[in-house]
Amino acid sequence: MPVVIVDGQEIEIGADERLNCIEAARRAGVEIPHYCWHPGLSVVASCRMCLIETGQRDAESGKISMVPKLVPGCQTPVRDGTVIVTESEKVKESRARVEEALLIDHPIDCPICDKAGECLLQDYHFQHGQPERRADIQPFHSRKRDVGPTVALFVDRCIMCTRCVRFTREVAGTGELMVSSRGAKEEIDVFPGYPLANKLAGNVVDLCPVGALGDKDFLYQQRVWFLKREANVCGGCSAGCSIYTEHNQDTVYRLKPRENPQVNTWWICDEGRYGWHHLHDEARILAVGRRDAEAGPDRNGDTARRLIPVEWADVVTGLRRDLGAAGRLAVAVSPMLTVEEAWMLCAVARSIDPEAYLALGHVPNAGADETFPGGFTIRGEKCPNRKGVEEVLAVFGAAGHDWHGLLAEVADGRASAAWITAGYPQPWIDEPTAERFTGLSCLVVQDLFETPLAKLATWVLPATGFAERAGTWVNVAHHAQSFRQAIRPPAGVWPEGRLFWNMLGRRGLYDPGSVRRQVAESVPMFAALADELPATGVDLRLRQLA
Amino acid sequence: MQATDPAITWLQEKPLGLAERLYLPLFVQGLATTARHLVSPKVTVSFPEQRPAVGNPLIYRGVHRLNRDEQGRVKCVACFLCATACPAHCIDIVATESPWPDREKYPEAFQIDELRCIFCGMCEEACPVDAIELTSLLDLTGKSREEMIFDKEKLLSVYDMTKDAEPMKSAALGGAP
Repeated sequence: MPVVIVDGQEIEIGADERLNCIEAARRAGVEIPHYCWHPGLSVVASCRMCLIETGQRDAESGKISMVPKLVPGCQTPVRDGTVIVTESEKVKESRARVEEALLIDHPIDCPICDKAGECLLQDYHFQHGQPERRADIQPFHSRKRDVGPTVALFVDRCIMCTRCVRFTREVAGTGELMVSSRGAKEEIDVFPGYPLANKLAGNVVDLCPVGALGDKDFLYQQRVWFLKREANVCGGCSAGCSIYTEHNQDTVYRLKPRENPQVNTWWICDEGRYGWHHLHDEARILAVGRRDAEAGPDRNGDTARRLIPVEWADVVTGLRRDLGAAGRLAVAVSPMLTVEEAWMLCAVARSIDPEAYLALGHVPNAGADETFPGGFTIRGEKCPNRKGVEEVLAVFGAAGHDWHGLLAEVADGRASAAWITAGYPQPWIDEPTAERFTGLSCLVVQDLFETPLAKLATWVLPATGFAERAGTWVNVAHHAQSFRQAIRPPAGVWPEGRLFWNMLGRRGLYDPGSVRRQVAESVPMFAALADELPATGVDLRLRQLA
Repeated sequence: MQATDPAITWLQEKPLGLAERLYLPLFVQGLATTARHLVSPKVTVSFPEQRPAVGNPLIYRGVHRLNRDEQGRVKCVACFLCATACPAHCIDIVATESPWPDREKYPEAFQIDELRCIFCGMCEEACPVDAIELTSLLDLTGKSREEMIFDKEKLLSVYDMTKDAEPMKSAALGGAP
């Protein structure tokens, strides 16, 4: 195995691994500061922050010969016997000079810069910079211009690392951003009439090591040090990208991609990035209600089927009573539910009616998958857990049952009660489809927003969004990821899991972990879920092969 | 630590001298203190008819104000540093893009819950643009809790009210006005 010596510490790397000095040093626990290098982009070695001393140890004599000049760590591959020195006086002096040069024409408007607190320029200045500013330049006001519908550019804060330019060229493949002018007058810009408007545009904001690129959706909303982050999974499509939900006081402020080499690498799409606004939508269904024709007219004189508020404790008993009395039950298990929730829902449905027809709920589809030159794919299937729900259904003997099958059951009168779990952020059902449910004696609808179907329902229950639930989702490539709840649902809303848990008669608080272990025991496909999952998740098929 | 620890030095109380044992000299000493206060100037004032004197307004920590710049705009740049420094979490700011070309952002709303505030002065300390200051207004009353949540307009009006008596501290302390 090749051995690399980092600051006197010998570390082994894989024989066929191709690492640069930054990556090799990271293995040894040494962080080499860098701006322009990013593992997902090409190497330009232009920022000069990662300059280090390197050398080579002779395999036979053991003598070390050093390279006289400093070399950029990002551009220098390591091999057996490579010596890396990251903390010598020469290196420290170089870093201090680079920091000083970058700060000469930087506005230093940290108090009003949204990046402050997570800015590499700030961090590296405190770690590697010098305490005094020798140049006679005062803080000034940065120029700002729009480069796209979602991204603002603060021109003078830029340190010209060109990560954003390389991203649009190499990953998004659209190449909107460019460097205009040269030398000290270099600026990031777009060509007139061609704004930064691709579907991955938001990633340039994450890539920017300083505050030059700002996300207009988040701009001025919150200082980053107030935000708490929870490792979550995006529910926008069946790719199931790993994300961080950044929130404060039960309000989500932004989503950030979470590095996951098996799923989304370093990126997420804009649809997912801004796909949290529905969580705080005023129009969400928050009240639990049961329609009762005998209750008499409401305040607006609406006589038929007025919605009466119900306590959650009464929902647990009332649902079982109503559905049990209604006859054959059909249940749509939404692909927005987690594996745990889907499993509990199926168990609840079968305990009410052993002959219940279980089916996969409506699967929203927005067309074909879209793959970008960098390999990132946005899936056309706009739900996170179809694969997981299908596996659960197969255990309950409902393999292959889908939404159309359920519609046919209802239309043919084979089912006289239906329990539809939905939770889709977009409108998903039209009037004619909803009309088919009119003849039922009991209809339960669990959804985020008011739909034609919810208007017909006997029971209307609120659903929860992706950041408000905990559990496991299985993406389109059979990759399972567990996540925890980031924010609490709005006051008075029970997450689906809690309702199903209580309907199963389980004691205490809803614990997705215990349900997951139970699912892992009973479903061979989910055997890998028995252990605590790593943050990046597991591929369920790998366990099947073993 | 045990009482027998060698690091402990045990001291004995000094035995009383003759003057102490006589008791009378100390009695006279005490009476003299009383007499001195009888004739010295009074510090008690009849509040609220009479206002107590504030020693040094520059370091007094009374009701907050939001300063205005030369053009009469709120000086605050909505950086949230006061809210960050506040140990009582009584400052609530909503930032937005400023309507002026020379400023990046400004507070759309700025609220201080004066009931929650502990008047520690950390906000003033943290402010990078000397926008928030504590005045020497010391009597703060209100009829409801809502009334004691000072919004931006009210905090600016405190500035208008006190700017003549108490010029901006930054200037008084040698900083930019």
